[in-house]
Amino acid sequence: MKPDALLFPTPRGLFCEVGQFYVDPVQPVERALITHGHADHARSGHRHVLATRETLDIMRIRYGEDFCESEQVAVLGERLAINGATVSFHPAGHVLGSAQIAVEAQGTRIVVSGDYKRRRDPTCLPFEPVSCDVFITEATFGLPVFHHPDDRHEVAKLLTSLRQFPERAHLVGAYALGKAQRVIALLREAGHDAPIYIHGALTKLCDYYQTKGYDLGDLRPATIVGKDRQIFAGAVVIGPPSAFADKWARRFPDPVSIFASGWMLVRQRAKQRGVELPMIISDHCDWAELTQTIREIAPSQVWVTHGREEALVRWCELQGIAARPLHLVGYDDEGE
Amino acid sequence: MRAFAELLDRLVLTPQRNAKIRLLTDYFRATPDPDRGYALAAIASTLSLNAVKPALLRELVLERMDEVLFRYSYDYVGDLAETISLVWEPTADADRKEYDLSLGAIIHQLQSVSRSEVRALVRSLLDQMDSSSRFAFLKLVTGGLRIGVSARLAKQAVADVGGRDIGDVETLWHGLSPPYTELFQWLEGKAEKPALKTPAVFHAVMLATPVGDNDLASLDPADFAAEWKWDGIRVQLANLGGTRRLYSRSGDDISGTFPDILEAADFEGVIDGELLVGGTSRTNRATRTFSDLQQRLNRKTVSGKMLEDYPAFVRGYDLLFSGTTDIRSDGFLARREKLANLVEAASPVHFDLSPLVPFSTWEELDHLRSEPPDPVIEGIMLKRLDSPYTSGRAKGPWFKWKRNPYNIDAVLMYAQRGHGKRSSYYSDFTFGVWTEGDGKDVLVPVGKAYFGFTDAELEVLDRFVRNNTIERFGPVRSVRAEADFGFVVEVAFEGINRSGRHKSGVAMRFPRISRLRTDKLPRDADRLETLIAMIDGVKLT
Repeated sequence: MKPDALLFPTPRGLFCEVGQFYVDPVQPVERALITHGHADHARSGHRHVLATRETLDIMRIRYGEDFCESEQVAVLGERLAINGATVSFHPAGHVLGSAQIAVEAQGTRIVVSGDYKRRRDPTCLPFEPVSCDVFITEATFGLPVFHHPDDRHEVAKLLTSLRQFPERAHLVGAYALGKAQRVIALLREAGHDAPIYIHGALTKLCDYYQTKGYDLGDLRPATIVGKDRQIFAGAVVIGPPSAFADKWARRFPDPVSIFASGWMLVRQRAKQRGVELPMIISDHCDWAELTQTIREIAPSQVWVTHGREEALVRWCELQGIAARPLHLVGYDDEGE
Repeated sequence: MRAFAELLDRLVLTPQRNAKIRLLTDYFRATPDPDRGYALAAIASTLSLNAVKPALLRELVLERMDEVLFRYSYDYVGDLAETISLVWEPTADADRKEYDLSLGAIIHQLQSVSRSEVRALVRSLLDQMDSSSRFAFLKLVTGGLRIGVSARLAKQAVADVGGRDIGDVETLWHGLSPPYTELFQWLEGKAEKPALKTPAVFHAVMLATPVGDNDLASLDPADFAAEWKWDGIRVQLANLGGTRRLYSRSGDDISGTFPDILEAADFEGVIDGELLVGGTSRTNRATRTFSDLQQRLNRKTVSGKMLEDYPAFVRGYDLLFSGTTDIRSDGFLARREKLANLVEAASPVHFDLSPLVPFSTWEELDHLRSEPPDPVIEGIMLKRLDSPYTSGRAKGPWFKWKRNPYNIDAVLMYAQRGHGKRSSYYSDFTFGVWTEGDGKDVLVPVGKAYFGFTDAELEVLDRFVRNNTIERFGPVRSVRAEADFGFVVEVAFEGINRSGRHKSGVAMRFPRISRLRTDKLPRDADRLETLIAMIDGVKLT
């Protein structure tokens, strides 16, 4: 079967005709396969959802009990027939529960990697390469400028600043699912065992990680107890990036504005956002990891989606690998 | 190099002055000589390196990278040094020679390398550094760190290392050179204060405190001399032991920009005065405005025409050295008498004496201050007759009493989020006034202000911005500003000049929001013509 016939983009999302399902659809559909719980990939309102246990739980936490009509757990590595297609889920290393989805029919296999990364992350399973004919890769950081540094070094920058500015609250903006918990886990690994204060938007997800056995240590709500703002002096406060531009941030003494994101690599981006201490920590592949993954999987074709497709397609051409951009709409790379 | 690179990365994103100083001080304390001294030199722009041309860097990166991919990258990042620092990947067969990557060692190599070896050296260094160090290195060799730290701020941090006054560091500064080892040794108490070889060094200037409420009530006018506060730049002109130098107030050597003054300074001594352009009182020609003086500032080369069109002169305030004798401990009147004699003998087109303003009561002086006889006067200086010349800003011997600021009513047009404490507030405001455009009245931006208001007023402004946003451009919002709906603020400022850089054609000095005019509608705000008339010195009633 030709790959283009097995999976192709439609306005609702990537569609498998022989299997009659969509992968990460952006509009409500009959049957959806979801790679991971980020809001632009996992939406509510589908009739039937197939995803990992963790992704289903996260969707329930975010959208409530009735986020879909019926759900089915995808066990990692197990093959499952759906109409004329066979699918299997494999760890993607992006966030807790994230999976790549391999779709197979009549001898052709396509791997939809979703969002993925190759680095160690204490809060999720590592990426597993799956051989395939077509590898669909994201390209969020698909430019040769993106070389994410060691995340331990980025955490050390925060710890240094806590020592240098013990009178200031350290406000870390981090995406509520995945990034926030990873930053907390990395801080704990680096020996920071003081209480970490979290924004209300993070509470349920952090609780969920803790029930899954990821120890995030002493987390406390970042609300003023009595009138003593000084409890935040020299403390780490974590919340979604949008909260720090909001009135919510006014309760903290002389805050240091921090943002944990792959975008923080480019100084001008940090400056524009008014970030004082950028932490370059990403849940996506950097350029070296993207190119290394394509080399390792060695598919006969690469389809490149959301991000900077043109540079990765160009690199594939230079390596003699067939590649083309796959134009999918509705995915947001700015929240990273 | 790594510690220096991390320092730069922090400084460039740190808005608060005190936080910058702490980052610098911590770095100077933790870093050994000579690295810290070279870092200081790089920040204070006293480091001379053979610059590496951007074209060479581009060639180096394209040796190992596809041109199309480089172009995509450069387009995205927008800064050549940063792009190269990020895309650079060491090759497998990279030069295995181990380089000493300390800042001092790198600078030493750059200073001693021959022209033909530059390419290979830069390539090898880039191969061995991490990305952040590559960025600092490339900024260093292409000239221009642009990290928002002035030489003065760096000197303040240096002084803090040893708990000294910045005046001590400024006085020594021009007698020392990178890597400033003896300076740091002294600050850390490990060596004597460095002895200066050049006599014509900068001596930290004496500064005045503003006249506050009730300051004058307890003082006797008979103890003070008054003189005009001229609107130029404060300078120190030194000619000692055959060395002539012109320094700005903060000790920057600006001799190269004013060869006319240097040449005319044929007397021995150190003068404190105001640098101005135009004619001296001794030639009976008018003193010209600050915007004319700006034509002469910050130039590396000065053309003959520039010297002719914008003649500079020094209006003497004080004398620190008479001949080679340090007279700073003498009283003000005694020093002034010697200054008068010196000026009398000096070139009449390049030097005059700032006249004393006779007065007998504070009320009389207050009146003179409000209506000065010359547009280039920005207020009154009060100096105790018996005061010695002491560096720094002690309260008591000298006061400054500024004329009242200019005021206009303007309309808020844009707001930007502040930094640090104010990062959740829209606290940087662009305001405009009315002018005619396309046959109808439109608002044209005339300035930006981010202080002057109280915390309570900021809450009001912030609420208005959040509730009346029209468009967002990154951190900037445009707000509703129509004839019958909008927010009027009273803007106070110290002066106004013509400016070709601004759409409105005017630029204010030190604008701040002095009052919220919630009682006014935007249609009642001022017009651009009013501002232009202020430049021309027309009295407006």
